[in-house]
Amino acid sequence: MQGATQGAGRNRIVRFLVRRSAQAGLTLLAIAVLNFVIVHLAPGDAIDVLAGEFGGADAQYLDKLRRSYGLDQPIYVQLFQYLFNVVQLNLGFSFRNNMPVFDLIMTRLPATLLLMVASMLLSFTAGLLLGVFSARRVNTFADDAVSVLALLCYATPLFWFGLMAIVLFTVKLNLLPGNGMYTIGSNLGWFAATLDVARHLVLPACSLALFHMAVYTRLMRASMLEVYGLDYIRTARAKGLSQRRIAFRHVLPNAILPMVTMLGLQVGSLLGGAVLVETVFGWPGLGRLAFDAILQRDHNLLIGILLLGSALVVIANLITDLLYAWLDPRIEVA
Amino acid sequence: MSAWRDFWLRYRRKTSAMIGLVLLLFVMLVAIIGPWLVSADPWDIVVRPFLWPGEDPEFPLGSDVLGRDILSGIVHGSRVSLLIGLAATATALGVGVTVGAVAGYFRGWPDDILMRITELFQTIPTFLLAVVLVAIFKPSMLSIILVISAVSWPAVARLVRAEFLSLREREFVQSCVVIGMSETRIIFQQILPNCLAPIIVMSSILVASAILTESGLSFLGLGDPNLMSWGTMIGIGREAMRTAWYMSALPGIAIIITVLALNLVGEGLNDALNPRLKNR
Repeated sequence: MQGATQGAGRNRIVRFLVRRSAQAGLTLLAIAVLNFVIVHLAPGDAIDVLAGEFGGADAQYLDKLRRSYGLDQPIYVQLFQYLFNVVQLNLGFSFRNNMPVFDLIMTRLPATLLLMVASMLLSFTAGLLLGVFSARRVNTFADDAVSVLALLCYATPLFWFGLMAIVLFTVKLNLLPGNGMYTIGSNLGWFAATLDVARHLVLPACSLALFHMAVYTRLMRASMLEVYGLDYIRTARAKGLSQRRIAFRHVLPNAILPMVTMLGLQVGSLLGGAVLVETVFGWPGLGRLAFDAILQRDHNLLIGILLLGSALVVIANLITDLLYAWLDPRIEVA
Repeated sequence: MSAWRDFWLRYRRKTSAMIGLVLLLFVMLVAIIGPWLVSADPWDIVVRPFLWPGEDPEFPLGSDVLGRDILSGIVHGSRVSLLIGLAATATALGVGVTVGAVAGYFRGWPDDILMRITELFQTIPTFLLAVVLVAIFKPSMLSIILVISAVSWPAVARLVRAEFLSLREREFVQSCVVIGMSETRIIFQQILPNCLAPIIVMSSILVASAILTESGLSFLGLGDPNLMSWGTMIGIGREAMRTAWYMSALPGIAIIITVLALNLVGEGLNDALNPRLKNR
C-alpha cells in the first residue's frame, strides 16, 4: 500500500519534471529569438564591428566575409541558422579571445557559481537570522535598528560597497585580499589553497550578498509576524511553550516558504550584480568576462553570456519549484 | 480636498516617511538650482588634482584625479540621476500599465500572450540585459532611459494586471458595462483611477532602482559620455582608490541618500494610502 503511493508520488514528480523541462526549453528558445532580434536591431552587423576593429577594409572583402558567415541570407534563414546553432550549444566565435564563446563561458562559469552560491548562502542565513531576531522584538529599538540597517543595504550600490570594503579591509587594515581569486605565484597544498580562495571570496561574496540580505530580512520579518497571528500559535502559547520554542519550532518552519521562492528569483539579479562585483574585485568569472566583452566590443560574447545567464535562471527556478514542493506537501506538483 | 488632508495627516504621522520626504526635497532642490551655484561645467579642470575635502574652502569636497571639482560633479550628477530615474520610470509605467490593463481587463488570449512575454523578460537577468542593450546600442541619455524602462516594465505590468483582474469583477464596473460605457472609458476612467495607489507606491521604488541601475551602468563605463553622473565619478575615483578614496566615497554617499529617500517616501506612501494595513 505504502509502496504504491510512493510509486505514484514518484510518477507525479517525473511528470512534473518532464513538463517543466519542456516549458523551460521553450522559454530558452524564446530568449534566443529575443537575443537574435537585439543583435539585428543594433546598428551595423558583426562584420561592420570587425571591420571597425581592423580600421576599415575594402567593401569587396567585407561582402565576401558576409557571404561566408551567411549574413547575406534572408533574415528568417539567419534566425533558423542561429537557433539551430544554439541548440547545438554553438554560440559563435569570440575573435578577441580566439575561442568558441561556449567554451570561453564554461571556463569562467565555476568562479561565478562559487561566488553566487557563497553570497546566496550568506544573504539567506543572515537575512533569516535578522528577520527572526526582528520579529521576536517587534516595535522595539532593536527591531527599528534592523529596519534601518536593511534600508541602508537597499540603498547602497553594491559596487560602491565593494570599493569601500577594499579601502578598509585591504588597504587600511590589510586583513583580506581585495583582488583576484587566489594568490598568484603561490604553490600551496590543497588545504592552504582552499583557504586562500576562501579568503579571497569573503569581500566579493559580502558585497554581492548585501542587497539580498536586506530583502530576506524584511521578508522573513513580515512572514514571521504573519504566522505569529495564526490560531495554532495561540494554541502553542496556551500550552505554555517557551517563546524560543514557539519561534523556532512553530513559527519559523512555516514562515520560511516565501524565502524559498525568493531564492529562485534571486539568481537573475545575482548574475547582474556579479558583473559589477567581479569587475571591482577582479574575480575571474562570467561578470568580469562580460565587462571585458564590453570594452572589446565583443557582441557575440555578450549575447552568449546573456543566453547562458538566462539558462541559469531557468534552471534555478526549476530547482526552487521542486524544493518548494518538497518543503510544503500542500502544494501540488501538477 | 479633505481626502488630500487625510492623506497628509496619515503620511506625516510616520517619522521615517517625513525624513525621506525632507531628504528627497533637498536632493530635488540641489538638482534644480544647484548647477547655477557651482562651477558651470563639471568636466572643467579648475584646481590642482588630489585636493582632499576641507583642504580648500573654495572646493569643499576636493578635486579628482585631474583636478575637477567634486562638488560640481555631485551637483550636476543629481540632475542626471533624477532625470534618468524619472524618465525611465515614466516610460516603464506607460508600457507596464498598458500591458497590465489589457491583460487584466480582457483576459483570455491577450492575457496569455502578454503574460508569457512578461515572464520572459523576468527570466532574463535584468542588469545583464541592460548592460548588453546599452553596450550594443551605444550609451547615450536616451538609450539608457529606454533600456532601464525596458527592464523595469514587467513588474508594473504584473501589478496592474493583478489589480485589474480583481477590480473588473466589482459591481461598479459591471454597472458601467450595463449602461453601455465604452471599454476604453471603463479601463481609463473607472478601473485605472482605482489602482493608482499601488502604482504610485511602486513608482518611487522604480525611480530608486533606476538610479541604482544607471549608477551601475555608468560605473562600468556605459554612461552617457557627455554627462557627469555619480556612477561615472565612482568609476573615475576608482583609479586612485588606494590613496584618495574620498573620490569614490562622496558620489556613493549621494546615491545612498537619494535612493534611501525614495524608499522611505515609498514606504510612507504605502502606509498612508493603505490605512487598513497600517497596524501591521
